[in-house]
Amino acid sequence: MSSTASARPVNRTSPARWFDLSPTLLRTALPFVSLALMLAAIGWLNPRAISYMGFNLMLSLAIPVALATIAQMFVITVNELDLSAGFFISFIASVSVTMLHDTPLLGIAVIAGAVFVYAAIGALIHLRNLPSIVVTLGMAFVWQGLALMVLPQPGGKAPAWLQSFMAVHVPFVPFPIVAAAAIALVVHLALMKTSYGAVLRGIGGNQAAVARAGWSILHAKVLAFTLAGVFGVLSALTLVGLSTAGDANIGAGYTLLAIAGVILGGGEFMGGRVSAMGAVAGALTLTLASASLLSFMHIPTDWQTGANGVILIVVLALRAMIERRPK
Amino acid sequence: MNALRMNAFVRTLPARPWIWSFIGAAIVFLASLLITGGAGAGGIVVAALSLASFAVVVGMGQMFVMSLGPGNVDLSLPANIGLASAIAMKVMNGSDSMIAAGIVAALASGMLIGLINYGLIRTLRIPPIIATLSTSFIVQSIDISYGRGLQVKPPPGFAGFTDLRLLGLPVFVLVIIVASIIAAIVLGRTIFGRSVLAIGQNMRAAWLAGIKVQRIRAVTYVLCSALGGLSGALLAAYFRGSSTDIGNEYLLMSIAVVVIGGTSVAGGRANLPGLWGAALFLVLLQVMLNTFGADASVRLVTTGFVIIAVITAAGGRVAER
Repeated sequence: MSSTASARPVNRTSPARWFDLSPTLLRTALPFVSLALMLAAIGWLNPRAISYMGFNLMLSLAIPVALATIAQMFVITVNELDLSAGFFISFIASVSVTMLHDTPLLGIAVIAGAVFVYAAIGALIHLRNLPSIVVTLGMAFVWQGLALMVLPQPGGKAPAWLQSFMAVHVPFVPFPIVAAAAIALVVHLALMKTSYGAVLRGIGGNQAAVARAGWSILHAKVLAFTLAGVFGVLSALTLVGLSTAGDANIGAGYTLLAIAGVILGGGEFMGGRVSAMGAVAGALTLTLASASLLSFMHIPTDWQTGANGVILIVVLALRAMIERRPK
Repeated sequence: MNALRMNAFVRTLPARPWIWSFIGAAIVFLASLLITGGAGAGGIVVAALSLASFAVVVGMGQMFVMSLGPGNVDLSLPANIGLASAIAMKVMNGSDSMIAAGIVAALASGMLIGLINYGLIRTLRIPPIIATLSTSFIVQSIDISYGRGLQVKPPPGFAGFTDLRLLGLPVFVLVIIVASIIAAIVLGRTIFGRSVLAIGQNMRAAWLAGIKVQRIRAVTYVLCSALGGLSGALLAAYFRGSSTDIGNEYLLMSIAVVVIGGTSVAGGRANLPGLWGAALFLVLLQVMLNTFGADASVRLVTTGFVIIAVITAAGGRVAER
């Protein structure tokens, strides 16, 4: 198939047009183009939303979503999938509004222990060669149950320092944008510019090759799951910082939302092909679509998740068009 | 000869993961009998069989899909079940004469969702997880918008059907047992079933062998969603009404019964009896913890640990390629 394609004269359409750009570039740009289009649509519907205050309001909830997306992205990088992420976030959120508020040291210990469990799950999956979907499925039940134990009824109180952190106002640029850019940049550099980032992505591409090059797959998988745990914790903390109270089901929707964010951002389940910047852009797009865009279009909130589904399908359809474009 | 074969069968038993789910179910059942001193054994059996049979219906669909190979999983089942329960109740509108129409409508809604799932997988060339996830988001919204606050009770005939007993067992459970036997035959003895397994083992090899891979995959996704639609209608009858979150627990549950039942997550190997074992095991576990007086949180944590313990004990995926 490829031989016939390359035999064909490549440059039949001489004037350069936008779709003559390389598919890789288009693919990489797609999440950011989607986000820009989303913002343009919102600005068109309600010009006042594109303001310092508007962004603060529209994007604040995007921070926990972006962090959860990054958490899921680390797991997807090493070709695994985490179905427990949302309930883990619920558990950490429940701990944050109870123990972390009442007895900070105990709260910190419990949260550290939970991250350790995440690392151990990564080790278990690798050592016993288990399907991550099933193990994390089991953990989903566990975290859900633990969250209910810690916080049987919605309530509790987020620690004051968390609330004030999430209420920070940065001059000129809205805080959520600063936070999202910082998260994206830090994770991007870690994944793309460090040797361990390359090892993680390499495992997604070819685990055997990485092992033969002398790297420990066990360490790398544990690292990926630990990072997923840490970012899950950050997601939960920012979430309760915003909501000020907790609920044992507060993060339930985040598992699937985060997977959607990773994929929207240009990531793939196999091959270690992920993009931190794209994932954050994907998370922002999903948040804007499900909350702001709908309300400005006067569509009932019933359609919040539906909007995410539509965005996902549209972006993936565009990506399919880019990749299937005759070369 | 026969004895030899029997012997060989018994010797391979420990290697069959589904056996453990039945043993587990039996142990849990006996344990709960010990606690209650044998009282209410019949009630436990009936309740466990009823709840397990719902998990089996959904699990059968999920099992066929997961047998198609790694990455094949239907995440749209909970939303599908919720929407079908609402559609069935609305079409039946409490009238016995509309029961059949309601069930057909629930099946049709499920099959449409299956077609959309497969259409997305095919046209966008995206992993099934993402395709069914996108569908799930949209269906969930349709369900919330259409079915929220729906107060229609199932027709007395349909609700009564879930209470109907034959030899002490609910008739719908017997129907589902028969259906699962048929599904086992379809899986093991028909061209369709063998094709599903062949695709799960190696899609390219299956295609080279002349199997109409895409057609089989399409049928499998539609079949799975149709079963989801059917269980939506049944659940609405059993719980005396539809609700948007009636199917929520079946996302994790359907995957759990399939995996604990001995179906390979890597695809190409499926096991129907195991579905019943796993479903009974998980349901009886809940019942036992209930009789212990454990609350929902303890039941969830225990279920989670059991799933992890079973998959760890049953061993990982064998490198088969």
